Parts: sequence; C-alpha cells; structure tokens
Amino acid sequence: MTAVGSETPFARATTVMAGDGQGSALVHARSAPALGIPLSTPSPRRHLISIADLGREGIAEVLHVAEAFAEVERRSIPKVPTLRGRVIATLFFEESTRTRLSFETAAKRLSADVLSLPVATSSVKKGESLRDTVETVEAMGVDALVLRHASAGAPCQVARWTSRAHVLNAGDGWHEHPTQALLDCFTVRQVLAERAGTDPDALGVSCFEGLRVAIVGDVRHSRVARSQVLAYAALGARIILAAPSSLLPPSLEGWPVEATTDLDAALEGADVVSVLRLQAERGSGGFVPSLREYTTNWGLTKRRLDRLGADAIITHPGPMVRGVEIASDVADLPNAVITRQVTNGVAVRMAVLFLLLGPVADGQAPR
Amino acid sequence: MVAERQGPVIVVRGGAVLQPTGFTRADVAIAGGEVRAVGQDVSVPRGATVIDAGGCLVGPGLVDLHTHLRQPGAEEVETIETGSRAAALGGYTALVAMPNTEPPVDSAGVAREIMELGRSALAEILVAGAITMGRSGERLAPMAELSRLGVRIFTDDGTGVQDAGVMRRALDYARGLGVVLAQHCEDRQLAAGGVMHEGAWSSRLGLPGVPAAAEETMLARDLALVRLTGSRMHFMHLSTEGSMELVRRAKAEGLPITAEVTPHHLTLTEEAVREYDPVFKVSPPLRRRRDVEALVAAARDKTVDAVATDHAPHAPEAKDLPFDQAPPGMLGLETALAVTCAALGDDVPKEQLFALMSQQPARIAGVGPARRAGGRRAGALPGPGRPVGSAQGGWVQAGAAANLCVFDPHATWVVDPGALASRSRNTPFAGWTLRGRVRHTILRGEPVVIDAQAQR
Repeated sequence: MTAVGSETPFARATTVMAGDGQGSALVHARSAPALGIPLSTPSPRRHLISIADLGREGIAEVLHVAEAFAEVERRSIPKVPTLRGRVIATLFFEESTRTRLSFETAAKRLSADVLSLPVATSSVKKGESLRDTVETVEAMGVDALVLRHASAGAPCQVARWTSRAHVLNAGDGWHEHPTQALLDCFTVRQVLAERAGTDPDALGVSCFEGLRVAIVGDVRHSRVARSQVLAYAALGARIILAAPSSLLPPSLEGWPVEATTDLDAALEGADVVSVLRLQAERGSGGFVPSLREYTTNWGLTKRRLDRLGADAIITHPGPMVRGVEIASDVADLPNAVITRQVTNGVAVRMAVLFLLLGPVADGQAPR
Repeated sequence: MVAERQGPVIVVRGGAVLQPTGFTRADVAIAGGEVRAVGQDVSVPRGATVIDAGGCLVGPGLVDLHTHLRQPGAEEVETIETGSRAAALGGYTALVAMPNTEPPVDSAGVAREIMELGRSALAEILVAGAITMGRSGERLAPMAELSRLGVRIFTDDGTGVQDAGVMRRALDYARGLGVVLAQHCEDRQLAAGGVMHEGAWSSRLGLPGVPAAAEETMLARDLALVRLTGSRMHFMHLSTEGSMELVRRAKAEGLPITAEVTPHHLTLTEEAVREYDPVFKVSPPLRRRRDVEALVAAARDKTVDAVATDHAPHAPEAKDLPFDQAPPGMLGLETALAVTCAALGDDVPKEQLFALMSQQPARIAGVGPARRAGGRRAGALPGPGRPVGSAQGGWVQAGAAANLCVFDPHATWVVDPGALASRSRNTPFAGWTLRGRVRHTILRGEPVVIDAQAQR
C-alpha cells in the first residue's frame, strides 16, 4: 500500500485526450473515454461531463455532426425524427436562460420528448436530495439528464447514481461547461471558414493548430474557462490567460497555458479573445478592489482592441455585463460573435444529444 | 505466579509481548483485570481460558486521542456503544471522545452523561471538554469543574479557537489544572468556503480550496502563545509539510507541545477527490503527495507523537450530497492500525507503532501508567472514579492493567464498509486489501474481541 496519487490533474486529462481510455480526472472512470470513437462498438452508457471525455477526436466529431444539424436548422421545418420516443429531462438547480432553452430547443428539434423540472416548485423545495430527485426522474424512464448545478462535481456524482440515463453537464459550479466550449469552437471554426471561403467541415480541426486564444477575466470561478482550456488545448491552440492574479486559479500546475496580468500583452496578436463574465459578487468578495479598477485594467474596450489584429474573433459565454468586462461598442462589433454563439448552441447541443442517444453507428447525421 | 482466588484466569499464549526491552516471545497471564505474569513458561491453571496469539504482537491496547462518538446528539450515525465496538475491533482500549456533540461538552452535566454511558462501553471512554462555551470561541468553558470530573483534554475541535486573545486566556487559565489544550488548527478566514486542499487538484476540479497556510498560520500563532504562557498544547490532525517543520523547530526549542497525525493523512492525497466522492472530504483536507511524505517522515523520526484516527461517522445520505455540501469526516477506528503500519513502512520497528498509537497517546491523554517515585509526572493522575486497571499504554508486564491489543501483522483482509461495526459506512479504504489485523482485544481483563469478532 502506498500513497495514492502522482499525476498532475492536467497530465491526467491529457492522457485521456490521447485516448488511453483510463477515464479523466473529472469523469466517472467507468464512462467511455471518448464520445466519438467507440460509437460503432456496443457502447456502455456514457456521459458528457468534461471536455476531457471527448479528446481531440471527440470534439472533431461533435463539430462535424453539428454542421449537419446547423443545416437542418436552416430548413423551413427544422426538425428531424432522430430521437423520437426518447425522453430528455433538464434539471437546472441553478438559474440559466440560454443553456436551458438551448438544450430544450435542441432536444425538440430532434423530436425527443422534453421534461423540464422546475426546481423552484418541485420537491427539491421540500428538502428532497439531489440523489433522490435524480433517481425519481430516472425511474420515469428518462433517457438523458441535462444537469446544471451550483456544486462542482454534481454531474459526476449523478452519473454514479443513475443506472441507465446519460448525464450531460450543463454547467457545474466552477468546474466545467463542456457544451459552451464546444459551441465556442464551432463558432470560431465557422468564422474562419467564412473568411477562407470554404466549408467549415472541410477545415476539420486543423484550423485550431497554433491559433492564439486569449481567455480574459475571472478564470478562477469560471466553468467556461476550464472547458475552453481543455478544448482549445486538445485542438492544438496556444492559450494565454489574462486576469488579475487573484482571479486566476490558485494553481496552474499542469495547465497547458501561459498566464499574464497584462491584458494588452495578451491581446497582442490574439486570434480569438474569450471574454469571461466578471461575476459581480467577486468584486464585493474582495478579489478585485472595485469594478471600476477591474474595468480599467481588464475590461475589453475599443481602445484596447486596436492592439488586436483586425480580424480577431471575440466570444463571450453570456450573460454579458456591458461596461464591466466588455464595452458596449465592442460587444456590438461585427467580429464579436456573441449572438452567433447562441444560435450555434442549438446545433452543437443537437449533435451532443445525437451522439449520446442516437441510434447510429457511423457518426453521420440522418437526413 | 497466578493466584487462583482472583477470579477467572486468561492466558494469552504464543505472541511477541511488548516489554521495556522490546517485543519478546512470551505468554501473558491475566486475572482480576491485571497482567499477573509474563514469561516463557506461564503455568495455565485449571479452568483458565487460553487465547492463541501465535505469530502476533501483544501490545498495550491502543489509545485514540481523537474520536467522534456522536453521542449525545447524533445517535443515528454512531453511539458510544457502536463506536467503542469499532474501537475494540481496531485494537483500541481507550478513546478520547471529542466534545462536538449536541449539546457540546461545555458543562459538567454533559460530561457526566457521556462518562455514565461510557461505563458499559467496549473501550474506556475519556471525555474531552470544549475550550469555549458552545465551541463558539468566545467565553471559556468551566475547565476547572470539568477537570475535577477527570477531563484531561480540552478542544473546540471541528474549529480552532480563532481569537488569539481568547486562546491566550484559555492557556493561562488551563495552566496548573493538569490539563492539556488541543487545537484544530485552521484559520477561518483563510479556509473560508474551502472543501479540499487548495492546489493543483482544486484548481482543476473547480472546488474551493483550503490552503496549507490556513493550518500553518494558526499553528505558528499557537506556538507563540505556548512560548508566552508556558502552557502545554497538543496539536491535532496536522496535515502539511510546513506544520511538520514548525513542530520540529518548536520541539527543538523545548516548547511543551505534542502533535498527532491521522492514518488517512499518512496515506491519501488530494487526488482522491478526483471523482468528487464526499467520502474523501475531510477536515483538514487530504493534501499533496509531498505533505503525505513529510508526515510519514515526521512519524518515523518521532517529530510526531501520536497517530489518532479523527474517526468521524456520517450518515450515507449526508455523504451522498454534492461535494461542497457534504460534511467532512472519515471513519478510522477499525482500519487505523493496519493503515498506519503500512504507511510507516516495514523497516519501522513495531515498538514505534505502539508508541505512536498507544503509549504516547496515553501519556498525552493523562491516562498513562503512573511513573515510579522520582520520575517525571506522566501527564495527570488518573481522574477520580477511574476503575482499577484503567491505566493505558503501559508495557505488558506483571502489575500492568490488562488492556491489550493482539495484532497479527501478517493477516490480510479486505475492508468491507458493510461489515464495519460502526453505525456509519464512510471509510475511505473501502475495498482496500490491508495487511495486518487486530486479532484480540482485552479490556480490563475482559476479552472484548476474540479472533476479530466482538464478544458483545
């Protein structure tokens, strides 16, 4: 018997990305290593809890399938029968506008039946535990649980408690928000393809190799940032984090990133700028002296943008706080793709649901 | 040899017995709650019970400085009876019951109730008192009154005394009462909201962390207060490399302090949290590998005085909550000896294992054997009302209290949470194959565990 543990967290995640099938730092070890690869084999149950579940191949597959669904969305009747008869429940224990609506829209366009647990009026308010709630919902024959929870790790635990339902992480505490990172990648690739005058699918994921991605703001408390780092790193991008040191994670050991407190330096030559929301409570929590000081030093303003290459893509996961982390005139620039991210969220979530629940073996979206 | 008239005689035969010269092959004859004879050829009187200890170590019963028995207040997760049964199975014959019960042990009434319940337990129950009323860190608890009842250890465990002024007064007040103050070192402001060690894994998992500095700052503060007041202090469940260094320096300076570590901090790292299983949530949190290594080194080089379990039962539903909402704490009594034995390494003499888990804890708890006249006072005298044969942590020799742990260091077993005697199931070692198992436990001459089975 020896002391347990020798790997660094990201080293572990990276080995998963390389497809060694050992499970990730964050995911229940019994889940499949990658969403994409083993589809043709009789699959055990599997979940999407972390980007590390996917790896490069898995991300590539999601982006590929999402393109097909983006095409479906452009039809006059944007609906396919793929998941007819399947039941998808959205369990949001934390407030959300876009993610919940996006998942529900995606599920409905796949013809799945959607159950939505209104937590505020459910037995949760009578003191029912997360485990009992989840087991109750699963007992009704639900095929997938889309879970948002304020506690990091809740989807990982739920995956242990369920016997057959797929678990999709729609954001857990400061941990991860994998579909957000996937739709960011999808949107970035879409813009790159337009500029190159080609089809996004034709670009594959090689367009991310060497891409310079700046992630700006409250990385410490951001589930989006953690998923973005895993996703962009898996695709070969170069990542720089820009934030006051108090808003960086306490340790970046093993993170495939550079970090700086100098926003201007981070912006210089960036191809993609991911702006994170400064959660207002962080200001009063003493992580920064004041919102004003934060905005002055780390807010994305028009003046700062002059340092960017003209075609840098600006993403924001929403909800935005205009005038704090991002100036209003910046948010409305043509290369700020914030609304487009929301649109693409539906196609990406359709792809994820399809890959997890769909009756397919070849990874092709049905027509 | 053994006098026939002193009641039933038990002979523990064939083990290696811990004597001042070390473990020596011998038989042990017990009667009237005491060891009557130790030797190669102890005669077995007619009607005596013979207990086989072939291949085993026969040492003093273990003494746990840090047990949460949950009674009164949370009898659904543990009682004095079930906790002491778990203890007996783990080789313990004495437990220091932590005062964070409901109500807490900040009055003579609650202390008396636990002492009363402890009389029929399967281990001697030593009651610890709170330093402050309600463990709230503000007003001192009646330490003098409690010490007259026999309370020898005071702690606000679960939290440290945050206010340095209050802690200083407590140390001043305790001086001369023959008691020791024990601290759970954790600065509340630094630890705020933390649920695991702050570092690489917390950063990756998105969980708020407790930095090592939360422990080390309070430890450093208290060492300064010990220097100021001259009072004795005991530091509980220290978990970091920095704490080991602080203790090492304080001891070199001659400060009257002692320190404990837990079996889980000697064994597990922060990485155990990777799948967010709240069974691995504990306070202080599981730390880095280098901390584990520093703790093992400190236990080996005697910087650390004691290994204590911090046995903390919790209901399954409490450990089924999201990680940040679940209560911290792990079971420990039934696995401590084997886990510690393995963590220390095979090259550490087994005498030291018993020093860390029986003899030194007994002295810290004030229940060690009385020293010979002219020797230094060994903690405090046994409290009023402690029965004959209640001294703990002595050598196994004629005249000693018959509190014994018979340990088979070679037996292997698999930890099955469902088979534990504790009323709770939250062991971090579920499914582990452990080497070394307690075979028999004898409490005041009564075999309470025989062949790893509790006798009552």
